[in-house]
Amino acid sequence: MSELSAPPVPLSRRVLPYAMLSPAVLVTLAIVFLPMIQAVWMSLHDYVLFRPRVFDFVWFKNFQTALADPVFWISLRHTVIWIVITVPAQMLLGLATALLLNQDFPWRGLARALVIIPWALPSVVIALMWVWIYDSNYGVLNDLLLRMNLITASIPWLANPDTALYAIILTLTWQGFPFFAVMILAGLQGIPKSYYEAAAIDGASNFRQFWHITLPGLAGVLMTATLLRIIWVANSIDVIFVMTGGGPGYSTYTLPLYAFVNARTGLDYGYGSALAVSFTLVLLGFVILYLRRAGRNIG
Amino acid sequence: MMVRNRSVVRRILTVDLPVLLILCFTLSPYLWMALTSITEKSRLFTDGPSIAGATLENYVRLFATVGFGRNLFDSFVVAGGTMLVGLGLAVPAAYAFSRFRFRGRRLLMLQFLLINMFPLVLLILPLFILMRSLGLVDTYLALIIANSTVAIPFSVWMMTSYIDNIPRSLDEAAMTDGCTRFGALFRVVLPLCTPGIIATGVYIFITAWNEYLYALTLGGRSIKPITVAIQTLIGEYQIEWGLLTAGGIVGAMPATLLFLFVQKRLIAGMTQGAVKG
Repeated sequence: MSELSAPPVPLSRRVLPYAMLSPAVLVTLAIVFLPMIQAVWMSLHDYVLFRPRVFDFVWFKNFQTALADPVFWISLRHTVIWIVITVPAQMLLGLATALLLNQDFPWRGLARALVIIPWALPSVVIALMWVWIYDSNYGVLNDLLLRMNLITASIPWLANPDTALYAIILTLTWQGFPFFAVMILAGLQGIPKSYYEAAAIDGASNFRQFWHITLPGLAGVLMTATLLRIIWVANSIDVIFVMTGGGPGYSTYTLPLYAFVNARTGLDYGYGSALAVSFTLVLLGFVILYLRRAGRNIG
Repeated sequence: MMVRNRSVVRRILTVDLPVLLILCFTLSPYLWMALTSITEKSRLFTDGPSIAGATLENYVRLFATVGFGRNLFDSFVVAGGTMLVGLGLAVPAAYAFSRFRFRGRRLLMLQFLLINMFPLVLLILPLFILMRSLGLVDTYLALIIANSTVAIPFSVWMMTSYIDNIPRSLDEAAMTDGCTRFGALFRVVLPLCTPGIIATGVYIFITAWNEYLYALTLGGRSIKPITVAIQTLIGEYQIEWGLLTAGGIVGAMPATLLFLFVQKRLIAGMTQGAVKG
């Protein structure tokens, strides 16, 4: 940079950026990194809140317990199912929505504004709204399905271990697809119109235009949005927590939810922290991938 | 004329109708909730939610009996406080990232991004222990601090992208004309990025307003934000769906309105990073 080579940069100018950054950096150190280290530290201890005097260093005992804990493996399995269904469902629905909203029609502006509403709603409200929809006695979903003769008796969607996880996945898909739609829409607007005009002159069909121009043009956005979404979906436990609390049985436990419930109701902060740390390690691969992509853009 | 009509019909079939279907999927749960909230209690379980005989009884009860006003106030203080802390720390940091090139810049920027990726559950456990030992559980401060863990890194990134969009030549021109750096910051950069500051502030406010797990863990008897209050309606009143859905509508209203108000600018700021990627 020219400012580095030419006249020597005065000290004040060299210190200034650090001075402006230090409040934000120091505060995040104190309220994010310090607690994180503490979580790792707690995970190496026996630490149950109702026995506050006991804080014994036990090395990796909590992690060994986790590996031998069937609920840990159940939760891990659900976490995988949770991500593998939710994120692609959100993406496909988001892609379809974005392609439609990119067309010309009179009320496009209104449609664009309305489609994002789920994204601005509190998770608690979303969760309760869907509990009401799924209600086995008065829920509108059962009512509709009964009227259409698709089912013969009401299904207790959230109380049935076979359907509960998938019912919540539908809720989360509903909540998250507008995010994809918005991201993809922005990506679509970045693809030059001339590409399509040229392809149309060459006689390419709509599908071929989509396959050879739109999809490659969106690859970067799709990749970034998917990584972001994997991390967020994996992390999000509030909707599950309100809808089922993990039940019935363990049928809607995911790993972070298990960690949270363990600490909150079991008051076992040592084991809970160990579960949280394990989950973070599982997620770390995606986080690193995302940071590398984002890092490339820092000028 | 025939051709034109046919193309309009085609558009309606391939665009308008599918969009309508998607909007139906998006909005109907919300509308169903609104409908439930205005249905009379005695009729809800016999006739189901309906617009006939609409009543505001649930809303009146929400404020008169349940005391929702107090919860709205708590949410407002927490969300407003988080917004002030987030913006106060993020604006100078974003200015530094945008206008200076210095050692460790990339690393520090990635550091803020990394924080946004941390599982909430990893933070919530130690934060609770920390607040308990500081005696801060059930105070506004605890909730503002907890929400700031999300708000600060996010707003640093968003503000950096807004300030990046203001041409450097403008503040350089101001400085050649005799403005100090801070003069240029306050007289040129800040006024120009006011829309960006508002969008970021609104986003922080919405996130903090909607937040539930921190509120549940670090709040308590005296501080009970709206999200927790809505949830506790279940336990106290044996799922009274009318009351509960009214609570949902009231709780979601401020965030939804604010969101619709700034959405264009907000989305521009949020998608920019992704589109470049």
